[in-house]
Amino acid sequence: MTAVGMLVAGGAQAAGTLTIATVNNGDMIIMKRLSGEFEKAHPDIHLNWVTLEENVLRQRVTTDIATHAGQFDILTIGNYEVPIWAKQGWLAELKPGPDYDMNDIVPSVRAGLSVDSRLYALPFYAESVMTYYRTDLFRKAGVTMPQRPTYDQIRTYADRITDKDSQTYGLCLRGKPGWGENMAYVTSLVNTFGGQWFGEGWKPMLDSPEWKAALQWYVSAMKADGPPGATSNGFNENLALFASGHCGIWVDSTVAGGLLFDPKQSHVADRIGFAAAPTGPYGKGPTWLWSWNLAIPASSRHADDARIFIEWATSKAYVQLVAQHEGWVAVPAGTRVSTYDNPDYQKAAPFATFVHTAIDTADPNGQTKQPRPYGGAQFVGIAPFQAIGTQVGQSVAATLSGQMTVEQALAGAQAAVTRTMRQSGYLH
Amino acid sequence: MARTSTHMRHAAITVLAWGIALWMFFPILWMVLTGFKSEPDAISTPPHFFFSPTISSYQDVFARENYWHFATNSVVISAMATVVALLVSVPAAYAMAFLPGPRTRMTLLWMLSTRMLPSVGVLVPIYLLARATGLLDSRTGLIVIYMLTNLPITVWMLYTFFREVPVAILEAGRMDGATRWQEVTQVLMPLALPGIASTGLLSLILCWNETFWSLNLTSSIAAPLTTFIASFSSPEGLFFAKLSAASTLAVAPIMVFGWVSQKQLVRGLTFGAVK
Repeated sequence: MTAVGMLVAGGAQAAGTLTIATVNNGDMIIMKRLSGEFEKAHPDIHLNWVTLEENVLRQRVTTDIATHAGQFDILTIGNYEVPIWAKQGWLAELKPGPDYDMNDIVPSVRAGLSVDSRLYALPFYAESVMTYYRTDLFRKAGVTMPQRPTYDQIRTYADRITDKDSQTYGLCLRGKPGWGENMAYVTSLVNTFGGQWFGEGWKPMLDSPEWKAALQWYVSAMKADGPPGATSNGFNENLALFASGHCGIWVDSTVAGGLLFDPKQSHVADRIGFAAAPTGPYGKGPTWLWSWNLAIPASSRHADDARIFIEWATSKAYVQLVAQHEGWVAVPAGTRVSTYDNPDYQKAAPFATFVHTAIDTADPNGQTKQPRPYGGAQFVGIAPFQAIGTQVGQSVAATLSGQMTVEQALAGAQAAVTRTMRQSGYLH
Repeated sequence: MARTSTHMRHAAITVLAWGIALWMFFPILWMVLTGFKSEPDAISTPPHFFFSPTISSYQDVFARENYWHFATNSVVISAMATVVALLVSVPAAYAMAFLPGPRTRMTLLWMLSTRMLPSVGVLVPIYLLARATGLLDSRTGLIVIYMLTNLPITVWMLYTFFREVPVAILEAGRMDGATRWQEVTQVLMPLALPGIASTGLLSLILCWNETFWSLNLTSSIAAPLTTFIASFSSPEGLFFAKLSAASTLAVAPIMVFGWVSQKQLVRGLTFGAVK
């Protein structure tokens, strides 16, 4: 009976045990693999890992934090959540020790992790947006990709490359609806076309000519040069298409660079070129900045131990440790200036300079064509955006599949967003 | 001529049955095959039926997670939840089948209606209860939840099976001096054993496959195989081969169990179908 009781109850957590909730991206898996080194150096701290898919993790962690259950000591959260959760009082303030090199962290990344001059998370890796293309297809078509292409040029090149008979599609872009899927790309596109989500007084601006022009470019280009069923394609699906040789141009997260250049994961590893993200008629505005960060929930009962782990996992020494075990191409990118200054990294990751420049110039808190009341590059840094972004994402996907015209989608989106913003108390 | 026609009909039915069986089995076959592919092969278009098999995904899966920890949790939680559900539902179904009251039918329908409530609707109250009772991330917590969520199904199934047992047999037992306990354990249960077994098997399968509560109420200590699978889907990077390998490992024990016990399951599910 006692044995059954023990079997059913499961083990109790030892003192000094940290439970870490993380997404299962490649960089996080490496962190988990190398965490034995941390435990060796800190024998009184034991680590428990909860690795989940991004959306599942978000729901799981939100439930835990909102109910103050204290199941987790360290969270992996995006730069979208950090300020929102910090304002809710869900995160503990982080005060790194004197040995921690804060000045080495890329300023644009660091800027998104503080609220009222208080730091609430440390960045583990960061990404922006860039253009990938197939050098062999460009050579065959007799065209050359400039270092900073415009969207008009991208369309011209895509038209030249597309050969649907051989399943070669000139342009692959996100089409799967979701605030972190198609709307990440579309928001970045709209910004450079001169559009924005909200104007002064939180007035939705989805019915502006800039939104219309951006979406018309997107729908027209994808219909002419995109793969079939593009509304099902998010980051991973496009990665699969590009890696298996079906895409000529792909505009997406800089994190794809390391995956596409890895011959174990990509059939086209030796035929990839890269350029900056394309620009539209406006040519400026925030582009794209996403970082995965480590934070301590306010409900954690092991905040001091958690801070020690976070400092270890986001340190320069950790970058060196990854390089030593996995190679320089596998080190977490986008967060530390010293990584980009390292000649070994530059040699292993030929896209490094582009990524550094893209992150540096992402300007997440910069201005759009007209003044805006919100922060965020490819998202809007307010809590209702997850719902708004996904709802508008569905309308955008409907234009891609031909169920709606751009005008219908934007009129509907404007009305829906206005309604949600009223209900949320932003708009009166 | 008539015999040839009968043969033809049988052959056609056999071919159709095989076709349907293969069509239903194909996703599982594809999952198993994908688990033995490299990541680029797993996402190649058109898909490859013939490829160089590799066990690298299985090696990755075992290197990343402690499979046996998750599998033990699945076995213990599913088995215990099923045993407790049967312990509660056998007497409940007995009472409803042989000693019905004026509200028995309504009670049965009400029990079934609780299955129609979306789980997410009660997530926060259940989470708060689990937190208050210290049952978050514990096997006991999941056993209680699984038992309660499966109770309407097990009571309904057993009620249906018990209704097939002639009351006269139970009365004969009583005439011979059997107590209520003896009537249930020595007369009713042996007669309804196929039904009880199939109810237990169904409950076991439902517990094994349950995802929502296992993802939300466990983190590391009591996490079963459904959480194990969820940890291999990634928003950034190719994962289809590894996810297929993990899924194959997760469904393998229950598939083997289902294969071994299929006769009992079919016998139980068709219990009383032909009189």
